[in-house]
Amino acid sequence: MSEHRLPLRLPGPLHDLFRPPATPGVLGVFAHLDATVDAIQRLQAGAYQSLTVYSPVPRHELEDVLAQPVSPVRMWTLIGGIAGCAFGAWLTLYMSYDWPIVVGGKPIGSIPPYVVIMFEMTVLFGALSTIIGILFNAAHAARRLGTIAWDPRFTNDKFGVFVPCGADKAGAVEKLLLGAGAEEVRRA
Amino acid sequence: MAQPSGRVTYDFVTRTIARTLGNPGKGYFLLLGAAVTLLAIGIICLLYLLRYGLGLAGYSHPVYWAVFITCFVFWVGIAHSGTLISAILFLFRSGWRTAIYRTAEAMTVFAVMTAALFPLIHIGRQWYFYWTLPYPNERGLWPNFKSPLIWDEFAIGTYFTVSTVFLILGLVPDIAAVRDVASGWRKKLYQLTALGWRGTNEEWRHFTRGYLYLAALATPLVLSVHSVVSWDFAMAIVPGWHATIFAPYFVAGAIYSGCAMVISLLVPIRKLFHLEELITAHHFENLAKLCLLTGSIVGYAYLCEYFVAWFGGNAHERAAFWYRAFGPFWWATWTMIICNAFLPQLLWFKKIRTNITGLFVISIFVNVGMWFERFVIIVVSLAGEPFERWSNATYNPTWADWGIMAGSFGWFFMWFLLFVKNFPAVSITEVKEVLPPPTKGRPAEAHAR
Repeated sequence: MSEHRLPLRLPGPLHDLFRPPATPGVLGVFAHLDATVDAIQRLQAGAYQSLTVYSPVPRHELEDVLAQPVSPVRMWTLIGGIAGCAFGAWLTLYMSYDWPIVVGGKPIGSIPPYVVIMFEMTVLFGALSTIIGILFNAAHAARRLGTIAWDPRFTNDKFGVFVPCGADKAGAVEKLLLGAGAEEVRRA
Repeated sequence: MAQPSGRVTYDFVTRTIARTLGNPGKGYFLLLGAAVTLLAIGIICLLYLLRYGLGLAGYSHPVYWAVFITCFVFWVGIAHSGTLISAILFLFRSGWRTAIYRTAEAMTVFAVMTAALFPLIHIGRQWYFYWTLPYPNERGLWPNFKSPLIWDEFAIGTYFTVSTVFLILGLVPDIAAVRDVASGWRKKLYQLTALGWRGTNEEWRHFTRGYLYLAALATPLVLSVHSVVSWDFAMAIVPGWHATIFAPYFVAGAIYSGCAMVISLLVPIRKLFHLEELITAHHFENLAKLCLLTGSIVGYAYLCEYFVAWFGGNAHERAAFWYRAFGPFWWATWTMIICNAFLPQLLWFKKIRTNITGLFVISIFVNVGMWFERFVIIVVSLAGEPFERWSNATYNPTWADWGIMAGSFGWFFMWFLLFVKNFPAVSITEVKEVLPPPTKGRPAEAHAR
């Protein structure tokens, strides 16, 4: 499926980055959340670990069964926030001492009013680095997974599980997914 | 946790909200036409102002902050409830926010875009606006970071940026959902703006964590921005401005006016787009409760101001507040007090909180009252400034003031109407999140209530 792709013709290096080669495997489409969780548990028991799960909404049931580590986006937020605070401090203090003029009888480098700028820069840099962190990590994950099978119903009301595997194991995976309650399975 | 009413399934939510993005009807074009007309009036007045200078506005000594700054504070205030609903209530896990937060968030972004116009108009020589920015220049000058006006520039700039990225981030999964049911040019638009979203566990992992941190960053930002706006006034020694309660008073007032504006916007949108099953009386009742709470805080702040003016024994302060209540601008002061402090007390009654027409009418009065609150604080405090009593000041807004103010409403509503017709005005993902998920024991067809 290619409906999710940007309607752009990307130049060579970008094409390789954003449209990695197709990964062979089996895609299962589920109507029910508990059936999806059941399928994931059966696959994990069968030593299929590199699963991709699609869902129209984030669900704790899926997070719990996949037991993924906490997203590294939090480090992006933290580093961005600290950098913003430091930038705010530098901006105000450097500029005050570069053109030293007494205003309102206050010291040249007057920290209390500068806290406002430092706070705003903390939030600004923290927010922007969070966004960059989300985009970077999501793009990195997509690149790692390769081009995998997908169905447009996954953004509406269906759940999906993609199992990367060779043609030799595809039959067993299909049987497992159907046994867990998949509405539809297909090979990619 | 509040849930939308009726036979609501995941598919129903997607289809209902995707339907709002269809070809617009006459009603929509009528509203858009009215907004563009108001904007055109504002632009014509602004062009006159640019050509002939600020003398066309009604400034007269010592009232040099007037309708433009009033509008600035009014629109910044309107912007506040959006982030309250989208960020603060998100952190509190308030399920009822899901159906209304997108509208509130879009309102925030467009209200800040509107507010930011007014300092530019007010400075007179708009082409020198960049002088306030900290950029290296040939004179070696830097902005004065001890000035609350510079704090405000940073606060508003940060608020606009963070609100915008928060809105766009939340939109991505929803745009993907409508992309997959859309056709024609809209499909192409959504393919481009959905950024390739597929709903994988990796995407959700980073998205949900990042969204949480953005909400956590936006929460203190909401409180800081209107505090900083209040310090534009409170840092000065003008009686009526120089008060320690200004920051919480302004924040409460901002959330109050913002919630009222959310009601004013949601009522017609719900009707126009037939969203009665997703946006219910329960949502309006909760917004009304927020209005009642913040309106009561605002009423208490009015009372405090008068009490301190009377009991504090400062002759200048007392004179300023006497002038405010019984001087030539008494009508503005009493409009503010009646609309903001007395009228919302009707919201103690559940019958009124759940009467959508009644709420709409009250919300309009609150909007009017909150505009007058800023007018009273800014214009009346300056006009009645006892240090300048010799000036025997009076102030009358001119056609240029009113025209540009009308234009700001046109600008705001034009962006808002364009947004709600081209992007999901209700969050598809978050409305689905508060629904029970389809399970074998409760399939999609049956999980409707």
